[in-house]
Amino acid sequence: MSELEKNAEAAEVAEVPEEALNEPLYFDMEPKDGASAHIRSFPAVEEFQEQLGYPGERPENWQEVALAKMDELRGKFRSFRLFLDICVKCGACTDKCHYYMGTSDPKNMPVGRQDLLRSVYRRYFTLPGKWFPSLVGARELTEEVLDEWYTYYFQCSECRRCSVFCPYGIDTAEITMAAREILDSVGYGMKYTNEIITKVFKVGNNLGLPKPALESTLEDLEEEIEEDTGVKVRLPLDEPADILLVTPSADFFAEPHIDGLIGYAKVFHAAGVKWTISSYASEAANFGMFIGSYENMRRIALRIRKAAIDLGVKRIIIGECGHAWRAAYSFLNTLAGPFDFLDPKYPVPQHICEFTWDLIQQGKLKFDKSQNDHLKLTFHDSCNVARASRMGDYPGGQFDIPRNIIKAVCNHYYEMPEGTTHEATLCCGGGGGLLTDDLMELRKKGGSPRMKALKQVRDEYGVNKMAAICAICKAQFTKIMPEHGFAVDDIMSVHQLVSNAIILPGSIQEKELMEEQGQAADAAE
Amino acid sequence: MGENPVLTTVFALLYYVAFAIFAGGIAYRIYEYARTPAPLKIPTTPAPTTRAGVVWRMFKEVLFFESLWKGNKWIWIFAQLFHASLWLILIRHARYFIDPVPTLVTLAQPFGKYAAITFVLGALGLLARRIFVPRVRYISAPSDYLMLLMFLGIGISGISMTFVSPVDVVGVKAFFLGLITFNWQPLPSSPNLLIHLGLVALWMIIFPFSKLLHAPGVFFSPTRNQVDNPREKRHVAAWALELERKESA
Repeated sequence: MSELEKNAEAAEVAEVPEEALNEPLYFDMEPKDGASAHIRSFPAVEEFQEQLGYPGERPENWQEVALAKMDELRGKFRSFRLFLDICVKCGACTDKCHYYMGTSDPKNMPVGRQDLLRSVYRRYFTLPGKWFPSLVGARELTEEVLDEWYTYYFQCSECRRCSVFCPYGIDTAEITMAAREILDSVGYGMKYTNEIITKVFKVGNNLGLPKPALESTLEDLEEEIEEDTGVKVRLPLDEPADILLVTPSADFFAEPHIDGLIGYAKVFHAAGVKWTISSYASEAANFGMFIGSYENMRRIALRIRKAAIDLGVKRIIIGECGHAWRAAYSFLNTLAGPFDFLDPKYPVPQHICEFTWDLIQQGKLKFDKSQNDHLKLTFHDSCNVARASRMGDYPGGQFDIPRNIIKAVCNHYYEMPEGTTHEATLCCGGGGGLLTDDLMELRKKGGSPRMKALKQVRDEYGVNKMAAICAICKAQFTKIMPEHGFAVDDIMSVHQLVSNAIILPGSIQEKELMEEQGQAADAAE
Repeated sequence: MGENPVLTTVFALLYYVAFAIFAGGIAYRIYEYARTPAPLKIPTTPAPTTRAGVVWRMFKEVLFFESLWKGNKWIWIFAQLFHASLWLILIRHARYFIDPVPTLVTLAQPFGKYAAITFVLGALGLLARRIFVPRVRYISAPSDYLMLLMFLGIGISGISMTFVSPVDVVGVKAFFLGLITFNWQPLPSSPNLLIHLGLVALWMIIFPFSKLLHAPGVFFSPTRNQVDNPREKRHVAAWALELERKESA
């Protein structure tokens, strides 16, 4: 081997350092007590507490109120009662939470987080806790404990990753939701979540976009699509239609969400269906779920039912959003059903990916995959889609359908490492009502395991974009990806990829493609 | 070793009390879990879409600890050693309560004897993790250690009776059959037997008040026992229906 060859080889090795590929995915750190104790979200002010039916201030007898709420919840939710009772502290979950991986605070270990509440439950509701508190780790409900609850139950994104690995299926999200409901019941709610729910009730969506703003946004989008394609694609608002699209309001203005919305519109157009958005239910998100409030979650869900009735639609389709899909797929029928007034031929609700994939399978959509040839993609499974819902008619359809769509519209697709996708997917770090600037440190740390997995496929395959089907994931990644050496727009909507590749009948793209094909045919002759 | 009527009375009463707390306590917990509704569909997905699928999922979970296998191989190994051995031990011990001894119990006898050793090894493994893995140490309360020590005590005293210092097993069987038929028979007074029986009674007494409830509890876990069919079938709790009725009224 010549010196030159040796150098060349060394250079190649240096390009993809072996250690970088073998670097452990997780921060295998020892627990550091209190490492994230200083990260606290802003509590809600009186006004927003009261509008959700909670006290604005902490009542004098707050301990009594909190314990009464705990008692009520253990009677209403078997998950809560059972999960507090049966944890054996085996430790299987201890290294599974992305917030623990990112902060090494042991109170962010799933069982550590549960124990914050379990210790109090034991003290007041179990014999051993009443008789031998220190033996079983039981403790009084003090002001310090309440503050600790507030801190750490707002460091959980309710992503359910722990529940996959627990031998009893204990889901920390259930404990977190109950804890937040208890906190709300003593006037200790969170500003971000509770303000947003207030906006949904007042204006119709999380962002507080009133109808005129929505109208002009949709008109702008119609113009933009016409400019790009030469086709008049409608984005109807409050029009009688067959399909009601309920989508996260971020789709109306944020990047890359809005490109996804354009994608849905193009798909609906190509399918030739009559669809509409509702200004009354212009929000798929349901933050009632995040704060564990059945009543608020139901009130939010009922908006969708009312919009469907008022607009006389036959089907309900939900846009790209993770927890919204859980709230819709798993809970909508329970909270706001029965939907016997809709067309029984279709499941209620349907995911936009189910709709698009059906059309692709029927051959009703035409694509030019080369439009996405500059992209090397991977797919981020959003936690609520992966672990709390389904798509299609078989378990696991929620993994296959979005990937099938991506593969139908893109030529270069790569999976992130095993253990970080599908049911074991890592949360973006901003879910569960934590997508607020006051928790930015936590969001960065919680998102770091996903970023590490992404770096692996970037280094290994040259992946340059990650697609997702969740408004929160997309918003979170645009914030944290630049911190990890990625570009703001390295996160994409799945329907943005569809939008890039779709060939609408009569469009400029169709003409170009036909010309190209014609030229290719000429050349072949 | 002679017979001691006081000892017999103490243990006879202890076992009546322990059994009442054990059986009554577990029955009450099962009643509590069964009557507490799961108002929302929360199976950890992908989840089975049929009842039969759920039975299969639960079977894999209870017998093979499927989720734990995904979660942590070391805990899985120790937990399997512990629980599989426990099954064999329990089957073998049926010979002290049933006369004549059923064939299955006779067949399990040789395995059951050695299972005591793997049972202790499993418990030691779990204890070692609790002591040496900082994350697990952090989440362990004194009761978590004591419970493992209790199992170790049961296992080691049991082993000592089988392999080191045999006791009058015929007398032990007579004692327990006597308890069942309310015709008390003297209890042999070997110390290892008394330690063994004392700890087993303790185990039965704390069962319904402790994390040992994971055994009946796992069957009630909504993330594992629910069918994934929320779109096909409306799932509403009684209290939620009540809420709906109140609102529409």
